[in-house]
Amino acid sequence: MNRDQPVLEVSDLTTQFDTQDGVVHAVNGVSFTLNPGEFLGVVGESGSGKSVTMMSLLKLIPMPPGEIVAGKAVFQDKDLLALKPDELRQVRGGKIGFIFQDPMTSLNPVLTVGRQITESLKIHTMASAKAADARALELLNVVGIPDAKQRLQAYPHELSGGMRQRVMIAVALACSPQVIIADEPTTALDVTIQAQIIEIIKGLREQLGTAVIWITHDLGVIAGLADRVVVMYGGQIVEEAAVRELYGTPEHPYTQGLLHSLPRLDQKGQELVNIKGQPPSMYAPPTGCSFAPRCPYAFDRCIDDLPVLEEIARGHKVACWWDTNNERPRDGR
Amino acid sequence: MKGREMVAEVLGDPGQAPAPEREVLVSVQGLKKHFPIVKGLFRRQVGAVKAVDGVTFDIYRGETLGLVGESGSGKSTIGRVLLQLDHATEGAVTFDGQDLTALSGEQVRKLRPRMQMVFQDPHASLNPRMTVASIIGEPLTEHKAAKSSERDRRIEELLSLVGLDPTHANRYPHEFSGGQRQRIGVARAIALNPDLIVCDEPIAALDVSIQAQVVNLLESLQDVLGLTYLFISHDLSMVRHIADRVAVMYLGRLVELASVDALYEDPKHPYTQALHSAVPVPDPVIEATRRRVILEGDIPSPSNPPPGCVFNTRCPIAQQRCIDEVPEWRECAPDHWVACHFADASM
Repeated sequence: MNRDQPVLEVSDLTTQFDTQDGVVHAVNGVSFTLNPGEFLGVVGESGSGKSVTMMSLLKLIPMPPGEIVAGKAVFQDKDLLALKPDELRQVRGGKIGFIFQDPMTSLNPVLTVGRQITESLKIHTMASAKAADARALELLNVVGIPDAKQRLQAYPHELSGGMRQRVMIAVALACSPQVIIADEPTTALDVTIQAQIIEIIKGLREQLGTAVIWITHDLGVIAGLADRVVVMYGGQIVEEAAVRELYGTPEHPYTQGLLHSLPRLDQKGQELVNIKGQPPSMYAPPTGCSFAPRCPYAFDRCIDDLPVLEEIARGHKVACWWDTNNERPRDGR
Repeated sequence: MKGREMVAEVLGDPGQAPAPEREVLVSVQGLKKHFPIVKGLFRRQVGAVKAVDGVTFDIYRGETLGLVGESGSGKSTIGRVLLQLDHATEGAVTFDGQDLTALSGEQVRKLRPRMQMVFQDPHASLNPRMTVASIIGEPLTEHKAAKSSERDRRIEELLSLVGLDPTHANRYPHEFSGGQRQRIGVARAIALNPDLIVCDEPIAALDVSIQAQVVNLLESLQDVLGLTYLFISHDLSMVRHIADRVAVMYLGRLVELASVDALYEDPKHPYTQALHSAVPVPDPVIEATRRRVILEGDIPSPSNPPPGCVFNTRCPIAQQRCIDEVPEWRECAPDHWVACHFADASM
């Protein structure tokens, strides 16, 4: 594969949910690319649309009530959103692996660990039972599960949270996917266990060169992991930059606010500057900037006009009408 | 700080804050809480979950004591036993000179107005069928703290104190967002002018941008009302921000207790050190050069804790002595308590 060509290219993805209370505009025109071997962090609060975006790519959202209204997701020259169900099944778990937040609900409680790993191998790679078992054992060793041979026979409930999440990673890795999407994979875990899982993922990335999309609400977790970060708010990408640039010179007022509202373990006595107000209701389609009601810099245009994601420096994109560096509206307006 | 001005405006000028003095408000001595494991038709006890297993510490008036630990370490149980929501198996909890464990239910109830709790989940801890006014007003009625004529005025005052619109008093909890609901929980807790509030993971269920709002509110209320907090959390960064002293728990025991600066700048216990290095810092430049202590394995089951030091199964510097001997809870430096045989050597 061409190294320069993105492995995944999503454009203008729009997902809605038709509920009793009205239409929830969960994802509103999201576009991003993922390069081969890249680690992309996706940050946002609950309801920002980060999970729905990624689930939509593989049509893992319940449809109905969910509906992918528009958009394209090109993966290996094919639009994932236009694939037939059986073609999509080849991609899911085969070429794109998924790690979910809660390993207790995403592993099948009545199947042994070994069976859950070999299942996808048998479906996607036509491996013989013997070869699949050997691969499963190898994978459990890779993710650092002690006594791997005995653990193949264990059921999920016999494992601790950290061990279960390792099994999830092994399942996702089973078919050597080009892309792994991890949806808050360490949120349900304690910090010392989270540190173990992060260490495993770091090691695997260097070994396998798989591209990873890591969804999280925790700006700390991906600071040391990601190459590039996109920040989501109100179902849109508001900022996208290389990791050091995003943390060092955040441009969007929301990103700035998030970073200032975080207490730091390595600093004392800092005051927390909170972002006033509440996250937006997703029932109304966005007309202006969805952050405008909470934004300290908001002016007329922010309320009337939806900001578009624009490249302001090489690889640094931001969707905001206000230029926080020069303290004036962008485009000189 | 904006929150403080807002609170001061509602209450009038609080006047000069009293000079800080070290008056012990709560003293916990050798506290144990074991939950029995029962089996069979006759509910024979076959073991016990040692949720809290011999814990000693004081909380001083006006301070915030942070209590950190991973899930299952017993930190919430300490909070509940402290307020007598669960009864201690052994040990004493002294609140302002009175041993709560020796009091009758009615006597404890009389003390309740002075000790309150803010719960983790603002969705589960507010009755969905009660209006905000009745949620906040219930403690006032229950403890006959306000005449019905004053009650409404007090409810309005409380709502303004926590930064909610007093005209929303007749709404139901589901009409509020998570952060606002937590504010209602805080208003209920301060309704009776308590001395102590146990905050059990009060921000864990909230979004990052809302967490800072609630923490700033708790801090400004403390300044104005002179509250004492036991702040239970697994978020070490937030505890560093809010606490004056911090206690670290592991598997039902305290492993370290020190002032916030001492604990974060110079942690003595290997578990505290490992916890620190496990918490990611939101700064890629620092993350790139940080050295991590990765602990092996999982936290053992509290129904079958390891002998000796409970941390010995995961400790990077454990030796035979740690398996044979329970480390003593000792003061290794002034006001710096630690339970480790090798706390000084590990540095």
